Amino acid sequence: MGQTLAEKIFSKHCGKTVHAGDFILADLDLVMAHDTTCAWALEPFYQIAKKVFDPKKIFIPFDHAFPSPSVAMSKLQSEIRKFAEEQGIPISFEGVCHQVMSERLINPGNLILGADSHSPTGGGVGALTIGVGSTDAAIAMATGKAWFRVPQTIRINITGRLPRGSYSKDVVLTVAREMGADGANYRVIEYGGETVEGFNVPARLTLTNMSAEMGAKAAIVAPDEQTRAYLQENDRLIEFEALRSDNDAHFERVLSFDVSSLKPMIACPPDIDNDVPVEDVQAYKVVVDQVFIGSCTNCRIDDLEVVYQMWKGRRLKEGLRIIVTPASRKVYMQALQRGYIEEFVKMGAVVSSPGCGPCLGRAGGVLYDNEVCVSTSNRNFEGRMGSPKARIYLASPATAAASALTGYITDPREFVN
Amino acid sequence: MNWKFGDNINTDLITPGRYNITTDPRELAKACFIEFRPEFSKQVKAGDFVIAGENFGCGSSRETAPVSLKYSDIRAVIAKSYARIFFRNAINLGLLCVIADTDGIDESDELELEVASQTLRNKTKGQDIKIQIPSMMLRLYQEGGIIPYLKKHGLSALGDLEKF
Repeated sequence: MGQTLAEKIFSKHCGKTVHAGDFILADLDLVMAHDTTCAWALEPFYQIAKKVFDPKKIFIPFDHAFPSPSVAMSKLQSEIRKFAEEQGIPISFEGVCHQVMSERLINPGNLILGADSHSPTGGGVGALTIGVGSTDAAIAMATGKAWFRVPQTIRINITGRLPRGSYSKDVVLTVAREMGADGANYRVIEYGGETVEGFNVPARLTLTNMSAEMGAKAAIVAPDEQTRAYLQENDRLIEFEALRSDNDAHFERVLSFDVSSLKPMIACPPDIDNDVPVEDVQAYKVVVDQVFIGSCTNCRIDDLEVVYQMWKGRRLKEGLRIIVTPASRKVYMQALQRGYIEEFVKMGAVVSSPGCGPCLGRAGGVLYDNEVCVSTSNRNFEGRMGSPKARIYLASPATAAASALTGYITDPREFVN
Repeated sequence: MNWKFGDNINTDLITPGRYNITTDPRELAKACFIEFRPEFSKQVKAGDFVIAGENFGCGSSRETAPVSLKYSDIRAVIAKSYARIFFRNAINLGLLCVIADTDGIDESDELELEVASQTLRNKTKGQDIKIQIPSMMLRLYQEGGIIPYLKKHGLSALGDLEKF
């Protein structure tokens, strides 16, 4: 029987040919734990080990609450710093973990463990990147290994040319509406089809990132020429095997979406699968208090370019809080060089340092009761960005940018050339 | 007693991100359902059950959610299904998560769980409820979690999990 792409990557990391359902102990290429999850990994780590298995294969970014917003958080970060110094692991302050890992560390065909639920993001580079909690991260830091039940794969084919004003975020919100919040629980989602083949890696990262919201263990796009171009752009000239699922591989489900007439979509609170066309919400004139353009889902340079093009020569709605948080230092530098940051600041947006902050209600944009936020991030749960009474709408950077111009939830198509 | 919840109870409802700034499990237990069900941490008693529907624990990978439940000293979570990372964390921590049809369980029902024989009895309603506890969860629960298990048997015992 043939193998799926995921089964092939698991096989390469456990030294035997495996299929869905097999239980394996696999070798990991990289282990990530950040300023929140790493804190909880320290005590279990020291219970079972003194030294990490390989400091070069451990990545500790400070991103969820950085720069630290409180004494309590500073305490956790100082404990992590002490551990990192002892173990010889440099701490990264370069931005959101998944973005930085995609730019610098994730190679096609890798098996990577991340103590963060949005770890599937890295699958946009053609790797298996799997989210776990702190205890698994502790064991992985000690041993370089993790146990897995090899998952079933759901194949999603996307075809058709996206119309003006719709992007990969709108595609994945459409997939989420169909799949539901647990539709991919324990599964790998493999994205393919002509539309996905045409997406560059940054656009693919949005698909894989949001797959976490459908419960996916991992999400992946087979590595190809787009992947090669992305690695080259990031000064990483590595050779990789063009792994893909066999023709006779077993997929648990195959879903197909034609996106040639897809309208811009929005996930209404408080569920990820509560997705409707933006124009339907626009009809209700939902007044917005805050716009957040950021997170591992959608704040790469391509996203900021969309925002810049839409805002150029226009005015932002007065009184609206507009926060732009580039996903990484690299994105920040690109946006500086292209003049986007200067323009955004001149217009009255707040540009904050790369990190997660507002997405999880930690810092830099926490919402109060009954406030409405349009966010380019990935979760619209009650209380996610602050008060449980706040309402979070998830959409593409274009929809967020359009809403920043009008002050209410707005279909971006009237502002996109 | 039982604390009954619905479907898709996410980790932000269990321990909101803003409260996850401690590594003291007892402190964290005080934040369990702090905004969603504020009376929970004050009134929960050792041996109580948390009852839920589908996809319990969806959302974040933060282990704070299962830690706060474990250190609330509940007997077990009983839900129709669980989100993957939450369930994996619960296995590792030794927090008992039972899979069962929870529709017929009310908050005031008296439940009796026998882990070894995998039986759940609703004494109030005189019903036996069919349950499922995966063998790996059961074994690591009996060991007190994966860290005590590895401390006792050595790191190479990671390879033995498959046999559970």
